[in-house]
Amino acid sequence: MALDRRLVYHFDWTLFMMTLGLAGVGLLSVLSASWGGPKHVLDPLVVRQLVWIGVGTALMAAAAFFDYRALATYAYPLYAMTVGLLAAVMVAGHVTGGSRRWLNLGVLRLEPSELAKLAVVLVMVRYLREEPPRGGWSFRQMIIPAVLLGVPMALVLKQPDLGTGIILALAAATLIFASGLNGRVLLIAMLAGALAAPAGWHYLKPYQKQRLVSFINPESDPLGAGYHIIQSEIAIGAGGAWGKGFLKGTQARLNFLPEQTTDFIFAVFAEEFGFAGSILLMALYAGVIARGIWIARHARDRFGQLLAVGLTAIVFWQVAINVGMASGVLPVVGIPLPLVSYGGSSLIAMMAAMGVMISINTRRYLF
Amino acid sequence: MARWRYYSSSKQSRAIPRIEPRLAILSTLIALVLSVVTVRLYYLQIIRHKEFVELADRNRIRIHRQPALRGLVFDTHHRPLVDTKPSFDAVMVPEDVRNIKQTVARLEGLLGQDNVTAKLNQAEDEGRPPFDPVTVEEHLGWQQVVSLETHQLQLPGISLEVMPQRHYIYGPLAAHLLGYVGEVAEGDLRHANEYRMGDEIGKFGLERVFESQLRGQAGGQEIEVDSVGRRLKLLREIPEIPGQSVVLSLDLDLQQAAEKAMGTWSGALVAIDPNTGYILAMVSHPAFDPNIFANGITSVQWRGLTTDPAHPLANRAIAGTYPPGSTFKLIDAIAALEDHTLTPATTYFCPGGLYYGNREYHCWRKQGHGTLSVHRAIVGSCDVFFYQVGIHLGIDRLAQWARLLGLGEKSGIDLDNERPGVMPSSLWKQKRFHQRWYPAETLSVAIGQGYVAATPLQMAMVAAEIANGGTRYKPQFVKEEEALDGSVVRKFPPIVERRIRLDPVVLDIVRSGMCDVVNGEGGTGHAAHLDNITVCGKTGTSQVVKEAGNARIAEDKEPMKYRDHGWFVAYAPSDHPHIAIAAVVEHGGHGGSSAGPVVHDVLQKFFELYPPPGSKPAAPGAGTPQAAPNPAPQSQPEGSVAARGD
Repeated sequence: MALDRRLVYHFDWTLFMMTLGLAGVGLLSVLSASWGGPKHVLDPLVVRQLVWIGVGTALMAAAAFFDYRALATYAYPLYAMTVGLLAAVMVAGHVTGGSRRWLNLGVLRLEPSELAKLAVVLVMVRYLREEPPRGGWSFRQMIIPAVLLGVPMALVLKQPDLGTGIILALAAATLIFASGLNGRVLLIAMLAGALAAPAGWHYLKPYQKQRLVSFINPESDPLGAGYHIIQSEIAIGAGGAWGKGFLKGTQARLNFLPEQTTDFIFAVFAEEFGFAGSILLMALYAGVIARGIWIARHARDRFGQLLAVGLTAIVFWQVAINVGMASGVLPVVGIPLPLVSYGGSSLIAMMAAMGVMISINTRRYLF
Repeated sequence: MARWRYYSSSKQSRAIPRIEPRLAILSTLIALVLSVVTVRLYYLQIIRHKEFVELADRNRIRIHRQPALRGLVFDTHHRPLVDTKPSFDAVMVPEDVRNIKQTVARLEGLLGQDNVTAKLNQAEDEGRPPFDPVTVEEHLGWQQVVSLETHQLQLPGISLEVMPQRHYIYGPLAAHLLGYVGEVAEGDLRHANEYRMGDEIGKFGLERVFESQLRGQAGGQEIEVDSVGRRLKLLREIPEIPGQSVVLSLDLDLQQAAEKAMGTWSGALVAIDPNTGYILAMVSHPAFDPNIFANGITSVQWRGLTTDPAHPLANRAIAGTYPPGSTFKLIDAIAALEDHTLTPATTYFCPGGLYYGNREYHCWRKQGHGTLSVHRAIVGSCDVFFYQVGIHLGIDRLAQWARLLGLGEKSGIDLDNERPGVMPSSLWKQKRFHQRWYPAETLSVAIGQGYVAATPLQMAMVAAEIANGGTRYKPQFVKEEEALDGSVVRKFPPIVERRIRLDPVVLDIVRSGMCDVVNGEGGTGHAAHLDNITVCGKTGTSQVVKEAGNARIAEDKEPMKYRDHGWFVAYAPSDHPHIAIAAVVEHGGHGGSSAGPVVHDVLQKFFELYPPPGSKPAAPGAGTPQAAPNPAPQSQPEGSVAARGD
């Protein structure tokens, strides 16, 4: 079957280019964060990121031309597969930095929690694509989505990966809200959440509690848990209006930044490109998010609408929490900056998600 | 607003919710969150930018200080007294050690120490990275250095670090004058920001007073480091400026002779050039070895020094105040003769004591001196004669002259802790005790007892003033400061503090009296006699305790701590004096037999080193006190009845 010409004609170049732009920013930042002098330009990290961008771009293109509606069919199998992978991580996962997060697949390491973000969105959308009853979803109708969210979330939190857990919950909540939750149930849920927060404190790991404490007062332990926040703020602040220039950030180059290729990559970028660069990067994200909402508004079916909302929610919440954390307005949780942070699983998953968005946008003309 | 009503209105709440209005709410929320983040970035990157730039620099730049080489100290002939020698520390780089346990065990065996593990653990607790060297033992002994060197191959990761260490070449020689250095205290750090923790600072004596000249200026390197402190790049280097050296007026040979002459006695000696005020030798015993401070004094050593009842840390030459005893009679004579209450012809009769008020004041010579004039009174150190002088002169005029000659005031020598001593007067007593002066107290003062107290430096300066005709120089022990290349940076020329107008007739009488003390018949100071040089001097004995009734215990049976202090002041040669000297020997008994021989040895050495023109060299064998004439009066105890407090 020949490719429908309209698919090419209506291809969403805006989102495609913004996605590649973000991936480019990521590549520059990874290059800078791993910079070892002009003789080591091609750090293995940079090479791998470049390869992943290539793979991700191909996957994004493929997803763009793939009819997203078929995803509804694969939603539950994909979900089951992801939960299986998460369970496999529990059993045979690779431990780094105290967390069991990776599956070693010989050549590459897979981080199933990145896939879980997409899988949870997909399965929620699959469930919520039915039109809600009058007055919106009732509490009882939300039990199944809660379970669908709860299983992978419990596995992710067990790793432990609080960041991904939070993103899963926030993405699911966004979808439930957008798809028409009953107003009263929403209020009660918010109240219950506020009341449950102190109880949740009890279930946090000591290091997670420490992070919260040091977020409120970073100077309480400047070399310990507060170190990450302080060093990241220093890097961002030292960037100033125009930045120190590419490869000239001392905070990253001298390894004062923690997790500088992944969770704190925003600080690397902000130090070298300053407020101007940061604003540009935030504008790029705002563009992607706005485009996502726009696609959700204009999608032809409810499934496409909600899928666009869910995928946009993943981008938005990750950006908000990651940048908020790096700039010290939120406590430290391990969340990558979408499309920018080093890491194959996250990058490829996010690029694929962008491809799905393009697919939704393109196909509104086809049926 | 219509969207909002959609939610709040109960009528429409039964409708099927649509996605679009909820997307609008989400969009608002998203815009809000992104705005907050942007404002935060503006705050960090624009408003607080400067502050963070500074923090980033402080992160990455370490300053490695290179303390300057401390200036040396030379004697008057440019012979080094204090220098800096290498000190070896054993240093371990944990990263380079393959088998920590084995290496530590071997190292502890070689060093004879068992605290290496503790030091490594401490370094680890401080969070020091494994490539950061840990000093496991400081100031290694020569044996330890050799054994570490020879076992170098079995000890990978262990190395010797050379640190400059202050070295007092002659150990305790002139320790109180040279002083010592130590690690800078936290209190000092607060005042002077050019010091850092661990720096060396002069703590006492010359090292302290001339700290700023000796110290120089520390240099350093600005080094870029990464987050774990690994050195990456040298950003800037500031060369250190070595400290200036100091040339003293002290003569090493003379100082050594003085230390030796003082022997095991406690006491002090000051030798001074009467023509310049330069200190030629200064001894205070017991002394200490300043090297133990440079080695990093242990608390046991420190406690030992500070709690020693003999006070080895006190510089007795300037801070030991002793009743000057009969040496004070020189001041009596000058004061009374200048005041014309005494003339060369005045005579008094000494029957061995004097009734004053309603008690008897003894002369040290029980059988009395008979009728005598001021010359014989000085030679024989007659107490009764000077009781009379004191009575006729009165305390206040006596005090006036004594102060003019330098008693009761600090000499102004560039050393800390100098004490002024006491020269009492009626005003002084009124202020101090709110009591009037009793004339009987003048009798005690007239023989250098009672309230009067002087330092050996003060008495040496009185001798110098008599020798040079009344010029009071500021006592100095530094002649020059010089740079590392030997060029003179600053000279310390003699400083005249004041010229005391002394009548040449008066000077003649006092000087000839002093000459006969040493050389004349019946003189009390024959112990200081030199064969080829005319020495002029005066003995003194200062009482430690009040006499118990009239029953004196035979001196050699008295317990040591109750024995009197012996004084001797002198200058020589008589015609053109080049040295003035004062010595006090604690619990040495009478001055003629204790301090006399000490002064004799120092003078003998001095004229060996600087023979006056035209003099024949000293006869061999004349260098010992035993060889000096030992006249009869010396065996007589010189003493007095002090009316202290009466």
